[in-house]
Amino acid sequence: MRRYFGRKILTYLITFFVAATIDWLIPRFMPGDPVQGLVSRTGGLSESASKALYDYYNNLFGLNQPLPVQYLNFWTSLLHGNLGLSVYGNGTPVIDMIMGAIPYTLGLLIPAILLSWWLGNSFGALAARRRFLDNTVLPIGYILTATPYMWLALVLSFLLSINFKIFPLAGGYGFNLEPTLTWLFFTDLVAHWFLPFLSLFMVMFGGWAIGMRNMIIYELESDYSRYLEALGAPQSLVRKYAFRNAMLPQITGLALQLGVIVAGALVTEIVFSYPGLGHLVFAAIQSGDYFLLQGIFLFIIIGVLLANFIVDIVYVIVDPRTRVAMRGGTA
Amino acid sequence: MTAASEATRKPVDVAGDGEKDSAPQARRTRGEIVFFAVRSRKFMISAGLLLVLIGIAVLGPIIDPTDPVAQAATPMRSPTLDPGNWFGTTYFGDDVFAQFANGLRASFFVGLLGGGLAALIGMAVGFTAGYRGGWIDEILNMITNIFLVIPTLAVLLVITSYLKARGVLFEAVFIGVTSWPWAARAIRAQTFSLRSRDFIDLAKLSGRRGWKIIVTEIAPNMSSYLFLTFILLFGGAILIAASLDFIGLGPTGGMSLGLMLFDAVTYGAALLLGLWWWFIPPGVGIVALVGALYVMNVGLDEIFNPKLREM
Repeated sequence: MRRYFGRKILTYLITFFVAATIDWLIPRFMPGDPVQGLVSRTGGLSESASKALYDYYNNLFGLNQPLPVQYLNFWTSLLHGNLGLSVYGNGTPVIDMIMGAIPYTLGLLIPAILLSWWLGNSFGALAARRRFLDNTVLPIGYILTATPYMWLALVLSFLLSINFKIFPLAGGYGFNLEPTLTWLFFTDLVAHWFLPFLSLFMVMFGGWAIGMRNMIIYELESDYSRYLEALGAPQSLVRKYAFRNAMLPQITGLALQLGVIVAGALVTEIVFSYPGLGHLVFAAIQSGDYFLLQGIFLFIIIGVLLANFIVDIVYVIVDPRTRVAMRGGTA
Repeated sequence: MTAASEATRKPVDVAGDGEKDSAPQARRTRGEIVFFAVRSRKFMISAGLLLVLIGIAVLGPIIDPTDPVAQAATPMRSPTLDPGNWFGTTYFGDDVFAQFANGLRASFFVGLLGGGLAALIGMAVGFTAGYRGGWIDEILNMITNIFLVIPTLAVLLVITSYLKARGVLFEAVFIGVTSWPWAARAIRAQTFSLRSRDFIDLAKLSGRRGWKIIVTEIAPNMSSYLFLTFILLFGGAILIAASLDFIGLGPTGGMSLGLMLFDAVTYGAALLLGLWWWFIPPGVGIVALVGALYVMNVGLDEIFNPKLREM
């Protein structure tokens, strides 16, 4: 057990180290000078004033120190949770802006992931080797999984908020409301949440249904299924065993897919101007706010790594063979 | 999504000769593959759709040589059957069909180059790790795992945002360099299951070099699997490019399907003005292209692997 998790945690720590280093390297070794860009954004300065401002920024960000020192400083402030100040947020600390956005993103992602995984796997398992369902669920699944997240979001918002006016068009809650613990605010929050959730859910659902359907077919063709059938076991029992075996790759698939899913949430939020991380990313890019962008990047990495770790734990709980192997036995 | 399930499925019998090495069946003939291909509904439908899309991408800009960013036509015209702007025009007076055809070209380009590059890296890493084993496998596995958990789009986001001028070529190369890990993992697993077969031992005994055994013995035995992997990477690259374009980090100067969506939403207010003909075609184009590739992947899988055929 310790060896298994030790190995996993080591991989995640190295990954985080590599990612954070990339985060540090990019602004320093990319063509173009971000500080120069920052200075020219101020505009209307005389040459000496912009020179002074340039030096001021260089000093402020510690860019006039030797590179190894800069690298050490980067880690020190990172471990203190200091990610710099946001240009887009007029000097608000980046960490505060991210913390304000994270609940919205997680509120979209967690229900969408769990629900689509559960329903998609159930439908996929039902569809395998059943002609009628296979001919309906499968084509829909392929269309959904090939759909770019933002496009489905666009179509849904065009149909349901603009044409039929059932759901609000944009934002996390109505412009006329303040976040309070009232019923009115809560229903408004849910109404704004529903369409982004739905578009994320639908695209993911297609992928899980197809994956499960194909996996079950492999399992039903394998030796143990054949053997059970030969023994005269009822079809439902064979399918139950096949389902349990097909679940495991789907759990690993969830871990592998997390990066893509987060990306999907980002673009979906942009369509609905939903006040999560995606909306912040878009604003940061449009206003050239590199601190904010890099902070969000680190948070996405941490989130994905944590989720991977949770999936690892779930896998050990679900698959008894990993536990046996950890105790030194053979499954 | 399909890519993930592909990466996690168990190594199948890629050599197609059952577990018994001593009595390999006769190799499948080309004729047999064509026989099943013509009878596979999945393959025929997806191949037909792909041909239509290739036709639009190749011939579209030749038949209708309008500049996709000329802003020369009447703005906000709805689609008509009259010659001219059949897909309508944008808020700025660009021809939507010209944008669509040129954007489709860019999608094919990004998919082929990005997917191809990812397939090459995935094969290099997967074959080496699976065939060599030992500490080389450990190190390559570690690198693969690191690349696997880093969210690609987040990295692309930070890197591309620093570049002032970006081309489609750059986008394709970056997607290729970051999307290979699951392919490497899948190919490694397949190589692993082939490595201990008798014919590989024979090849080793005859004194052939390692990379030559990989190229002449292992790769041909899983050629169909490699091709399927490439198709999935192709589709995935198109989707990643579309997301990147939509966030506003697409090619500067040039046209792509994702860029059409970005323009329509960010600058054109296509949703509020009801200009559905601006944002519907690029989405339909991406869904048709990627969907056709995914369905073709499954169709070909059934053609190559007799166990999966629906009888």
